[in-house]
Amino acid sequence: MLLQTAVSAASQAHPLSGTIAEWVWLLPILPLAGFVINGLLSLAGAHFGPTDPTAAEHEHHSEGAADASAISHAGHGADGDDQHAVKRHRWAGVVSVVGPGVLILSFLLALGIWQAMASAQPAAPFIQRYFSWMPVGDLHIDAAFQLDQLSMLMILVITGVGALIHVFSVGYMRDDPGYPRYFSYLNLFVFFMLVLVLGANYPVLFVGWEGVGLCSYLLIGFWFNDKANADAGKKAFIVNRIGDFGLLVAMFMLFANIGVLDFIGVSAKALDLGAGSALVTTICLFMFLGCTGKSAQIPLYIWLPDAMAGPTPVSALIHAATMVTAGVYLIARSSFLFSLSPVASLTVAVVGAVTAIFAATIGLKQWDIKKVLAYSTISQLGYMFVGVGVGAYVSGMFHLVTHAFFKALLFLGSGSVIHAMHAAYHRTHSNEDAQDMRNMGGLRRYLPVTCVLMWIATLAISGIPPLSGFMSKDEILGSVFARAQGSTLASATWLGIPGSTLLYIIYAIGLAAAFLTAVYMTRMMLYTFHGPARTGTEEEEALHEAPWIMTGPLVVLGILTVFGGWLNLPEVITGIIPLGPRELLAHWLDPVVGDATTRIAAGAAQVPASTEQALIGAAVVIAVAGIVFAMTRLKPDRLPRKRDAVPEHGFEGVVAHKYYVDEGIERTIVEPTYAVSRSFLWRVIDNGLIDGFFVNGSAALARGLGWVGSRLQTGNVGIYAWVLVVGVLVMLGAFTLR
Amino acid sequence: MLAESLALTAALFVIGVIGVLIHRNAIIIFMCVELMLTAVNLTFVAFSRFYGTAGQVFVVFVMTVSAAEAAVGLAIIIAIFRHRQTIDLKDINLLKG
Amino acid sequence: MEPHYSLIYVFHFYLFGVIALASALTFVTRKSPVTAALWLVNTMFSLAALYVMLDAQFVGVMQVLVYAGAIMVVFLFVVMLLNLGHPSELADARGTGWKLAAGLIGLGLLSEIMVIARTKLPQQLIVPRDFNEQQFQKLNAVGMIAEPLFKDYLLAFELTSVLLLVAITGAVVLGRGRAAGAR
Repeated sequence: MLLQTAVSAASQAHPLSGTIAEWVWLLPILPLAGFVINGLLSLAGAHFGPTDPTAAEHEHHSEGAADASAISHAGHGADGDDQHAVKRHRWAGVVSVVGPGVLILSFLLALGIWQAMASAQPAAPFIQRYFSWMPVGDLHIDAAFQLDQLSMLMILVITGVGALIHVFSVGYMRDDPGYPRYFSYLNLFVFFMLVLVLGANYPVLFVGWEGVGLCSYLLIGFWFNDKANADAGKKAFIVNRIGDFGLLVAMFMLFANIGVLDFIGVSAKALDLGAGSALVTTICLFMFLGCTGKSAQIPLYIWLPDAMAGPTPVSALIHAATMVTAGVYLIARSSFLFSLSPVASLTVAVVGAVTAIFAATIGLKQWDIKKVLAYSTISQLGYMFVGVGVGAYVSGMFHLVTHAFFKALLFLGSGSVIHAMHAAYHRTHSNEDAQDMRNMGGLRRYLPVTCVLMWIATLAISGIPPLSGFMSKDEILGSVFARAQGSTLASATWLGIPGSTLLYIIYAIGLAAAFLTAVYMTRMMLYTFHGPARTGTEEEEALHEAPWIMTGPLVVLGILTVFGGWLNLPEVITGIIPLGPRELLAHWLDPVVGDATTRIAAGAAQVPASTEQALIGAAVVIAVAGIVFAMTRLKPDRLPRKRDAVPEHGFEGVVAHKYYVDEGIERTIVEPTYAVSRSFLWRVIDNGLIDGFFVNGSAALARGLGWVGSRLQTGNVGIYAWVLVVGVLVMLGAFTLR
Repeated sequence: MLAESLALTAALFVIGVIGVLIHRNAIIIFMCVELMLTAVNLTFVAFSRFYGTAGQVFVVFVMTVSAAEAAVGLAIIIAIFRHRQTIDLKDINLLKG
Repeated sequence: MEPHYSLIYVFHFYLFGVIALASALTFVTRKSPVTAALWLVNTMFSLAALYVMLDAQFVGVMQVLVYAGAIMVVFLFVVMLLNLGHPSELADARGTGWKLAAGLIGLGLLSEIMVIARTKLPQQLIVPRDFNEQQFQKLNAVGMIAEPLFKDYLLAFELTSVLLLVAITGAVVLGRGRAAGAR
């Protein structure tokens, strides 16, 4: 293969060279091929018409109607029309094989590479250079992939969880007229996500970074006929651009100061920037701005709740499991930079902690089941940032992985619920909101599998042992506590606050957020699955469990949710109960983040095992307290349906309105922008300056010059001779004066 | 004698230019152009004493071209005169834009 | 680098130079085309003499034959053909202001040429001092022009013949006039 022959000589000596790892390029190429095939099928189906005559009429009639049905399918209130009778896309069968198929192949290949890597135990990353991408002066950027333990972990999550979600989508999107388009976008997303985690330098990572942003935009606005969906897509895109600006500036500064952009080169030269210097702090903060955009942290989190406008499997894959964790990955990948700057690291941790509690409070008062999960995702991402912020890169990545499991499970479970709700409302031609929990209730009778699996995920996210969420979240909190004494972070100051104090505050916030997490997740489960059914009696007959192709992935994710914690069993637990080998993930990631972790944690006092056990006990008690609090306080029996709901007042109202952040941004940024655009940019700049001066002005200038020129053409040859001679005189004069 | 030849050349050439500028009679202007060409020929000849006979060969070419130019130019003047009964440049303004 | 010239040579050189200059000045100030043409012929003759003095005998002869003989005769033919020289045609030259401006421009041009003429000559192209002398001995006056013309500049020579052909054709077509062309 052409690509293989281009392997650089430098990687020949690597223990992975010659193994299946050489095929790493195939990992992203497979989803890309899926994107091309599905995309072509999408175009083919759209233009040549499906075999079904009514569907043909439907397609030709108006695409709007097609997407309206799609929207109703997703549960944005069944419109009561009969559009749902749309037949499947003519190529849906092929797409159902290709779309998830490429992901499963990718996952199998990833497993093979993982096997090779596990046996080779490489200490250095395996770099595959394919071609020189940007050889400009001193800047040499290769299109190169880097395979190391960190990217391997991400690849397994992306392809593994991705494959499950693709399979789920086969059932969930079954009747959507845009079925091939959906899968082509989803495949493209996986391609870019793999490029992101495989890139051997920041620019290649940035290509993936932008690519996933694009796919996110395309999939949020998948049902673009509803303006709200299209707006949500645009909002995500624009907000992400602010973050991307930060990442770009960080890359520029890196190049300007150390002249390289590949991870190995930067890590080798990172110390030249000066440990704790203002420069490295600035670079890290700009990079973190990129992370806040992509990973929905304060202040750029606002796009993620709106992103729930996309299909639910998209929310699971992109806006919970993979893309939004890219920021965490970036910081773990750049640990050699962040570990040099205690201030930047503390900023990451503080922003993460504040985001965690802030989003958790909003999650308490949301009624849309997906919005609850969206704020929960923001909150959990905050935890991850706390982890990587305090230099516990392994813990942050660990939580990333377990979160991918349980949050994907929660989203797919909610997808299953919405699927059932929508089918029921469609049956009765009701216009009720199929995503509002006030319209649900008692669904455990109709969706027993979903209910059990979602309870598992809820307990996991709340932090109930021995589920995966407990292990990872507890590790993060434990790391924060451990680093509050003696680490480089503890001795630094952040905005005048001693790092040690700050870390204890972050720890407290983390515990509080854990409590809130338990409360809002339990609330969601109670209102959705318990208490009396609020759907209405007619609809109840139509409520049924999703088909096996949807429940299958749920079950797999459920198993992963339960046992994901075994990836990195903390010593303090294996010391009490011998569940299995301890800290597998820490050993696995040690070649990548080990140095950086040591640099930050250096000198941190060893927390005694008894203290650690006490901390874990406290965390568990808090989680249980949250669940019990929600169980006792909330009364699903008395909850009014959505149409009977009364607006909330006081602080609850503020929270229900998400602290009016969107409204505030609307007032302070969007509306002034509009006003300036209308009154000044449009009337003065566009109409006056551009149209009036530049466009019409240049036309008038040309006309005037033409008039002058035509006046010069007197037709008198004598004058021409004079002009010629004067010209010669001037030109000779120029020679003379030279 | 190079310096004197070049000075004479320059003087003759400039006289030709002045003639072109002050006359309105097309034929006289033509003759002035011929004078300018001849002046250049003198340069070629003067330099050919130092740079070999190639300069004189060029004089032959210049003469040929000026002969051709005179033939065509005069034919044009005749054609114009046939149309407008004048060869005064101030009356010839077909090129007016 | 220039050889020493005898006084009689220098005298004659200046003599013909002054004649050429004076004739040219008289030529350019005449209003009648016929008078002007005759003064121009005078300039051409003195220039021919200068060519001979500058060791360009063949060119000198050609100057007399082609310029003074052929071209100027054609001019006179045209003048007579168009019946110019009529008193009404004598109001030829432009006004005083134009003349003054033309004189200034001429002065400017002259000074510029003089400045540029002071440029150092490219030494590496200079042939040995007796080169032309030897060529003359070897090939005589015509041969020393003919040899490079038909060897080194053969293509240019052939192209000149094409140019002459085109010029003749053009002159004939133009001279025949519209009525003839329409026939």
